[in-house]
Amino acid sequence: MEKTWNNKAWFFVLPVLLLVAFSAVIPLMTVVNYSVQDSFGNNQFFWYGADWFREVLTSERFHDALLRNLLFSAIILAIEVPLGILVALAMPKKGIWVPVCLVLMALPLLIPWNVVGTIWQVFARTDIGLLGYTVDALGIDYNYVRNVLDAWVTVVVMDVWHWTSLVVLLCYAGLVSIPDAYYQAAKIDGASRWAVFRYIQLPKMGRVLLIAVLLRFMDSFMIYTEPFVVTGGGPGNSTTFLSIDLVKLAIGQFNIGEAAAMSLIYFLIILLLSWIFYTVMTNAGNDKPMTGGAE
Amino acid sequence: MSDQATTAHPSLPGAAHSESAIAARSRMKTGHFKWKALIPALYIVFLLLPIYWLVNMSFKTNQEILGTLTLWPQNPTLRNYEVIFTDPSWYMGYVNSIIYVLMNMVISVAVALPAAYAFSRYRFLGDKHLFFWLLTNRMAPPAVFALPFFQLYSAFGLIDTHIAVALAHCLFNVPLAVWILEGFMSGVPKEIDETAYIDGYSFPKFFFKIFTPLIASGIGVAAFFCFMFSWVELLLARTLTVTDAKPISAIMTRTVSASGMDWGVLAAAGALTIIPGAIVIWFVRNYIAKGFALGRV
Amino acid sequence: MARIRLDHIRHAYSPELAKANNYALREVDTAFEDGGAYALLGPSGCGKTTLLNIISGLLTPSEGHVRFDDRDVTMLTPEARNIAQVFQFPVIYDTMTVRENLGFPLKNRKVPKAEIGPRVDDMLRRIGLAAKADRKARGLTADEKQKISLGRGLVRSDVNAILFDEPLTVIDPHMKWQLRSELKQLHREFQMTMVYVTHDQTEALTFADKVVVMYAGEVVQIGTPEELFERPQHTFVGYFIGSPGMNVLPCKLDGGEATISGERIKLPAAIGRAKSGKTTELGIRPEFVSLVPRGQGIPVKVEKVEDIGSEKIVRARLGEHRVSAILHEDQSVPADADIAFAEERLNLYADSWLVARA
Repeated sequence: MEKTWNNKAWFFVLPVLLLVAFSAVIPLMTVVNYSVQDSFGNNQFFWYGADWFREVLTSERFHDALLRNLLFSAIILAIEVPLGILVALAMPKKGIWVPVCLVLMALPLLIPWNVVGTIWQVFARTDIGLLGYTVDALGIDYNYVRNVLDAWVTVVVMDVWHWTSLVVLLCYAGLVSIPDAYYQAAKIDGASRWAVFRYIQLPKMGRVLLIAVLLRFMDSFMIYTEPFVVTGGGPGNSTTFLSIDLVKLAIGQFNIGEAAAMSLIYFLIILLLSWIFYTVMTNAGNDKPMTGGAE
Repeated sequence: MSDQATTAHPSLPGAAHSESAIAARSRMKTGHFKWKALIPALYIVFLLLPIYWLVNMSFKTNQEILGTLTLWPQNPTLRNYEVIFTDPSWYMGYVNSIIYVLMNMVISVAVALPAAYAFSRYRFLGDKHLFFWLLTNRMAPPAVFALPFFQLYSAFGLIDTHIAVALAHCLFNVPLAVWILEGFMSGVPKEIDETAYIDGYSFPKFFFKIFTPLIASGIGVAAFFCFMFSWVELLLARTLTVTDAKPISAIMTRTVSASGMDWGVLAAAGALTIIPGAIVIWFVRNYIAKGFALGRV
Repeated sequence: MARIRLDHIRHAYSPELAKANNYALREVDTAFEDGGAYALLGPSGCGKTTLLNIISGLLTPSEGHVRFDDRDVTMLTPEARNIAQVFQFPVIYDTMTVRENLGFPLKNRKVPKAEIGPRVDDMLRRIGLAAKADRKARGLTADEKQKISLGRGLVRSDVNAILFDEPLTVIDPHMKWQLRSELKQLHREFQMTMVYVTHDQTEALTFADKVVVMYAGEVVQIGTPEELFERPQHTFVGYFIGSPGMNVLPCKLDGGEATISGERIKLPAAIGRAKSGKTTELGIRPEFVSLVPRGQGIPVKVEKVEDIGSEKIVRARLGEHRVSAILHEDQSVPADADIAFAEERLNLYADSWLVARA
């Protein structure tokens, strides 16, 4: 669509601007302010320069949390994206089962995050939880409170349970927008099931899949509540992801300066990711293929 | 005309013949059972099992929960729900959550509407940067903002009020609402605006009488997402409230520290937080797939 | 190549629709000869696309059998039937190049690489896209995309039949001519069985050797363009083919004469003795209606004269019925005139079907 140049449009954007300025810019300024100061309590601050940043960037603790978080994001993406595509492909395209499937699948997305944590905390306990009890009964020694691997498996399965539906719904939205003629043509051309997926479904899902991957990547990068409720970051620091570490630092140890510096670095990483996301998204938008069918 | 054509073949076999023929042929083609249907079915079972377990527990007594593992309540009890519905410090948690979620929904959609219109219709100085900057707020980790929010709202005396949480959640909901609405608005041809102006509509009249109904489903989807993200968020909501506006999800953690663990009440409280979400999904079920694609399929 | 036999095909899209007697195809029992160029012609919703999809195997008919030569293919998939089909809207594989698009059906059928290359190159030349062979297909215009779709259908020279479902809808008018003659050319060259669905009579009449006219889920006539014009088997064929369509006038038969709105018309012997049905109609093409001085024919009221260059179309009223006549452009139209029918061109219809002709 050809847009007209009109600077008065700023008036329309003004309310959003003021609101976001209040809820984002001012807090962010506070963070910047803290990040360059140190205090000995009692609201006595003095200039500390870039030392906090240096400290965070060189701290092993930050590196570990960052690596842990990257590993976590990689694992859940590797599971959720293929699983989401598979479920979306197998879903019925029309009929009474469609709304039923959609509603049931969306359910985990609307559960408060700490309740998600609670559900899994309970479900995975070996004494009162169905999952934990069953795994234990199978003779597998399983304890997510003490064993690092078990804790990771629990947190990953929980995230898969919580968020795979987002991938499913996005892919499904892409799939139903493919006109029937494409599938018919593929049958006529003798395309295999794999070729239909590779040359018709995947290209048509490309855009929404991109949204899914990037949303999941960023959200998993910010994950806090769910693992915090289940494992509290433990055993040891084994499930202490960036956000959990940050809150520990700021509220647990009240090390405001270092926490602020870490916040900014954390935020910059996310900003970089957002920029990549945005660039890729807008480019994909410009190149939207024209299709004659019933889109 | 059609009965003229019917007369052409007076000896056609009856429709019943076709019914059985269709059934027989579709069986021959597809077989009796669709294995493919197993995948979504199993997936849904995987999703529902933990939820079932929570609901199952909420109807049990603590003795039964801690005693032997039972697949359904042996002595079903409503005691856990009774505790919640008779104690204001419990049920006010739900009221608080609903109040700030609704406030946030109204504020977010109200300010996002004009902004989304501007982005979808006009080019203006710095528009692309502004749009990107808004998006970055959606990506901001709440953990980064928790502490500064606390200090900011303390300074304004807003701590422990519903509006504080509602405003804090605007941080990620307003950008999202702008984004979704912009997607839906760009789907409405610009000619509609121009025709309305030629017909002598003023801008407000056009916007509310003509334009808003056209993007009604988009507004619904945007409101749904504001509801969703405000409802599920805990970190900021907990940080900014003490008692008067404390959300239910934060109150739930109370059972942990009390004398021993009251698993039954915890389960009941958790089960109750699922209901509002389920109701809201049911209303938007026809737009949900498109909505999750942010109106951009 | 094969002869396609449609043996008492009926189709309803669901058992519920069958129960409501709502058939997309009521009964089709016909055959397409090997190597023929056929057009399926009819208005929207007459079942022509349904019939096409039944031939290709995208649909399984509710009843009846499809045979290619002597083989019953009713339950076979499109792939097993070895059929090519081109759809109304371009279907291209976005992520492939033009060349890969054309080679795709061959690759799927495990045609040796050495053979795919030359065949694709030949097709690229024919559809005029040789210059863009290595471009991604997604950036092309709708015209070009549809040419790729056509090319993908035609590149397989060994198919039993090629089916076209209104393939030129999205093509510019001047391109339509070019592509249609290209198709005819290919037909002559390879002698493939082609079935071409369209609602455009010009397209049907210029493309096909035989036109299959469909109406309300049935085949009402199969014939050469001349046959359809001169001997419409059903009043619908009369209406649908020709511009303006045939005049169909309800009448009563009585002792070798017909009465239309109180006017008596003497009929040739062959028609006069025909049996009447519930409705009896006299049909005559406007080309065979002439204007004669008052008193020499059947009195009508001339309502409008349309001059379309080489001819004039006279719209008149005979009682409550409308009649059109086509006159040569230099013939004058008097204010008062009678019309006369060329007797040897009269057709008589009982219950819409032709019962007798002069």
